[in-house]
Amino acid sequence: MTPTLADTATTIQSILQGWSISESLAMFLAAVIHVALVAGFFGLPAGIFIWAERKISGRIQDRLGPTRVGGKFGWLQAIADGGKLIQKEDLVPEDADGPLFRVAPYVVVVSSLAALMFLPFSDGWIAISLDIGLYLMLAVMSLEVIGVILAGYASGSKWALFGGMREAAQMVSYEIPMSICVVIPIITAGSLNLNEIGGLQSGHLGNWIIFHDPFSFLAFFVYFVCATASCKRAPFDLAEAESELVAGFLTEYSGFRWSFFFLAEYASMFTVCGIAVLLFLGGWHTGIPGLDGILDGPRYGSDAYVWTWLTNALGFGVFFGKASVLVCVQIWVRWTLPRLRIDQVMMTCLKYLVPISCVLFLGAVIWPLALSFSGKTTIWGTPTGERAAPTMRLESISSPADQSPTASTSNGETGP
Amino acid sequence: MNDQVLFWIFAILAGGGAIGVVILQDIVRMAFSLIISLGSTAGLFFLLDADFVAATQLLVYVGGTLVLLIFGVMLTASGPFRRIQMSSGETFVGAAVGLLFFSMIAFTVIDVEWETLKGSHSPVTAAATDETGSTSRAIGLRLVGIAADTEVGIHKDRGEKTGYLLPFEIVSVHLLVVLVGAAYLARAKRQETSEATGGDA
Repeated sequence: MTPTLADTATTIQSILQGWSISESLAMFLAAVIHVALVAGFFGLPAGIFIWAERKISGRIQDRLGPTRVGGKFGWLQAIADGGKLIQKEDLVPEDADGPLFRVAPYVVVVSSLAALMFLPFSDGWIAISLDIGLYLMLAVMSLEVIGVILAGYASGSKWALFGGMREAAQMVSYEIPMSICVVIPIITAGSLNLNEIGGLQSGHLGNWIIFHDPFSFLAFFVYFVCATASCKRAPFDLAEAESELVAGFLTEYSGFRWSFFFLAEYASMFTVCGIAVLLFLGGWHTGIPGLDGILDGPRYGSDAYVWTWLTNALGFGVFFGKASVLVCVQIWVRWTLPRLRIDQVMMTCLKYLVPISCVLFLGAVIWPLALSFSGKTTIWGTPTGERAAPTMRLESISSPADQSPTASTSNGETGP
Repeated sequence: MNDQVLFWIFAILAGGGAIGVVILQDIVRMAFSLIISLGSTAGLFFLLDADFVAATQLLVYVGGTLVLLIFGVMLTASGPFRRIQMSSGETFVGAAVGLLFFSMIAFTVIDVEWETLKGSHSPVTAAATDETGSTSRAIGLRLVGIAADTEVGIHKDRGEKTGYLLPFEIVSVHLLVVLVGAAYLARAKRQETSEATGGDA
């Protein structure tokens, strides 16, 4: 496997230490560089998608959308929006619970930003590569709802309280089918590590998990519906519902705090779409037969760091493109479908999505068994590159002979 | 050095959040300081390289239980339930229970012979995770009875080969029973009210 960004952190740290900087300061600076990178991935997609949303919604409604800021297509609209929002007055209503009202946007932004730490943008381009990456990512993303509920409660306004309550009810229910759908590709890939799941889908289009079996094909669409709901996007934007609740939980917010909620919303749109790409749509692989194999050559085979970096940069482009297409679908859906009522939202989840996802889960579990009766173990092709199947690694762990030497060495290192 | 700094940041936040839960009187602020406390505890777990426990802490307690808590408070946030004012008797009983619990933990911590523990138990470091995987893989293997940790650490001599799949399943069936029971109770109440308004049984 190619070195992860976490390894780069130690490299940066050792370079900085070479300039006679103390170890802790070097580690701090390396951490700052990485946080800045991740924050860039937080802000950049948000800026692009805010512009895209305005442009696409304009076209759908037979308007032009932004045309003036930054040339013919209004490229700089997001920056102009940001500049406008910074200048606005930071209001806190009299009835509001001051500290909680002020802190709520930060909770949303931090959880949405922290989720990006576990998202691989290309093979090894991941801030923190963990065996439980996906699990941790879902855990961190589920914290976003706390900020929204706090905002709804602390505003001291009935509109906001209604918005917050709707959001809480919606999020708590939609997390269930979303998690079940996420488990299906995990069963297929045999790993919770997003980097591994992405890497397994190389080769050709048929190796993408979405085409692995009929259940994972359907699971993608169920996941995408739940992901749209978890980003509070129309037709599930009950928490805002500007035609009934003024602006829902955002009613009392203004200026930069208001924009924080929106930055977080667009960033988490990108994040959930990124998860969908990694879990179902082949991650950073192009899916064109032959091309992935050619790219995997320099990615894993060559010693030159430049080639690995270049193929990974290309992979990042592919990943970003796929995720952007999914985000555009979310935008398209938002400006096409009318908003559901709250009881319809809950019914969609509890009466339809939960049973459907349970059936898909059972099907995905039974699928290998059914295949084994027909004499095959999988219809999946082997991935290109130098990736062993996860079962191979399991065997190497279970044999104790491999293990005791490392255990004793780590004992020796940590001993007094 | 860095671990020490991070440890103190998380420890102070966890302790401060816990004190906030006791001192503050507004329920939602209490819930928020509980979020800070539990979240920093997850941070402490991360520092110990127990990433699975930390993620579960975030998912179950912070993302699950506390969301439901705040949700419940919001539904009942009116009049007497919004603020908690305790009588002096309650304060005394609460303080006594808290002090007893604290002294129990303090004595346990003092009793542990840290010097003898130092070499015997290897922490899950980055070097170790390359071979055995992080904690989640060990937990997963343990679930089906392959003990990745009996060869090392304080369990070295026990050599137990017990899987935790059956207890895990029993616990999950219990949780399912609780869920069904809760749904039944909520439904039974609604049927009673419909009877009272003249609906047939």
